[in-house]
Amino acid sequence: MTTAPTIPASVAVDGRSNLRAAPMIAVRGLKKRIGPQDILRGVDLSVAAGETLVIIGRSGGGKTVLLKNLIGLMQPNEGEIWIDGQSIIGLGERQLEAIRRKVGILFQGGALFDSMTVEENIAFPLREAGERDGRVIERKIAEMLEVIELEGQQKKMPVNLSGGMKKRVGLARAIINQPSCILYDEPTAGLDPVVSDSINRLIRRLQERYHVTSVVVTHDMKNAFHVGDRIAYLHEGRIYFHGTPAEIQASPDPLIQDFLIGRAALAD
Amino acid sequence: MVARFLTGIGGVVLAFFIYLGELVMLAAESVRSALTHRMRWRLFLRQMVDIGLLSQLVVVITGGFTGAVFAAQTYFQFNKLGVASGVGAVVSAALFRELGPVLTGLMVTGRVGAAMSAEIGTMKVTEQIDALRALAVHPVDYLVVPRMLAMMVSMPLLVAECIGFGLVAAYFVSVNLLDISGPYYVANMVRWTLMRDIIMGLTKGFCFAILIVFISCHKGLNSREGAVGVGRATTEAVVNASLAILISNFFLTMFLNVIFPAGWQ
Ligand SMILES: Nc1ncnc2c1ncn2[C@@H]1O[C@H](COP(=O)(O)OP(=O)(O)OP(=O)(O)O)[C@@H](O)[C@H]1O
Ligand SMILES: [Mg+2]
Repeated sequence: MTTAPTIPASVAVDGRSNLRAAPMIAVRGLKKRIGPQDILRGVDLSVAAGETLVIIGRSGGGKTVLLKNLIGLMQPNEGEIWIDGQSIIGLGERQLEAIRRKVGILFQGGALFDSMTVEENIAFPLREAGERDGRVIERKIAEMLEVIELEGQQKKMPVNLSGGMKKRVGLARAIINQPSCILYDEPTAGLDPVVSDSINRLIRRLQERYHVTSVVVTHDMKNAFHVGDRIAYLHEGRIYFHGTPAEIQASPDPLIQDFLIGRAALAD
Repeated sequence: MVARFLTGIGGVVLAFFIYLGELVMLAAESVRSALTHRMRWRLFLRQMVDIGLLSQLVVVITGGFTGAVFAAQTYFQFNKLGVASGVGAVVSAALFRELGPVLTGLMVTGRVGAAMSAEIGTMKVTEQIDALRALAVHPVDYLVVPRMLAMMVSMPLLVAECIGFGLVAAYFVSVNLLDISGPYYVANMVRWTLMRDIIMGLTKGFCFAILIVFISCHKGLNSREGAVGVGRATTEAVVNASLAILISNFFLTMFLNVIFPAGWQ
């Protein structure tokens, strides 16, 4: 059975985050079909400013598609999306640019520019934002390399990086301009536990220090519990469950328990 | 049967006009972007190197050997008629009006057009275009405009270069290998090469630049489904651009002859 819970505009969350009234991201009845496949069948979401929402769900469940809809990389078939109080449905590519400057996204595969070195990738958003001062750029690159623990790798080309390194460079590129909202597509997948932990800390730090609003898509439950103020479970194209980490852990729902402990349904 | 045939034809025609419409939209977006947005000079210069500088060897060889063989064949025929010194005039007119622009266009399509659609297509299927868009950079601004401007500048120059080497090679073959009198050859060539020939050649080069860049970038931006898709996009870009050059060449010839009628200059 699936239910489509409607989430009130101002969501009460636990005391961990500092919330303003208006949600930074609001999604209503989002439906997305690609070809014959109904991928999203009515997603309702709301993320308050400064809050971190974790989205979990089965592989192929449409989490990446959902993130891409949020910044207009894909157009939904139905439904409404507001970012920072502005509806993005029907906006053209040029009109979306203002919104995209506020929102950083870490792609699942990194999506690095393969004709540029690591440092050029990281500095790309800075240069595009009009930063011309070489020293400022250099200092920020160094800062980012330290954050993602890739010092000394700045001259490498993306083809020569491991999957986890690409992901971290993609992360640096997503956050270097300090967007007020960041979408992470599986930030810790493919990383070793130590680096995973430092990425988790980074996500929390961005939230605590800069009040960044985040949406984190993940399979990694440790990651989900560490960074999430709230966790939403995307199942069959809808938000099947949402609640605080404590609530989701306490949920008796077998579907959710199967997901949390990693048990195949109908296992005998 | 007939109905199905007509529907089939209708579908093909419709698809063709949709394709044309997409190309025109891309061109319009690119021109608008070039006029209203900040120019990325670094990218433009890199494209100038890729397109203008690195195409020279290909263009020089094409021009040189075409001029040489055309001079030889013309000589073999003209010599029978006893007007061998007219070879220069014929070779020059042919190079300026048709051979120079068309062959340069075809060679640049193979070298540059293919690379454009492959590079942009790869960026498309590896989400790099999505990354650009997510970073609030319009792919047309970043990828198409620098290529468009570099092509517009480079192609007329490459055409001129191709023609130049063609003329030199033709002179060398005619005078040094085939015993045509040098001064007569040059005098006839200069007398019968008019300003309109030069303008036609360069105008055609400019028009072919536009065809190549938009057809190739459009295929790249619309490629899908991994490596196979990029390969298909590249092939289609080269085929479509080559056909577009050959077809438009005919209409350009007719059109330019109306604008610059015989006797003009
Ligand atoms: N561009 C596309 N064209 C066609 N189908 C697509 C496209 N993008 C995604 N899909 C389909 O949409 C469904 C959801 O894909 P999505 O990438 O959102 O899954 P996901 O939840 O992110 O999975 P994972 O956890 O493995 O990353 C899949 O069935 C996928 O095949
Ligand atoms: Mg995904």
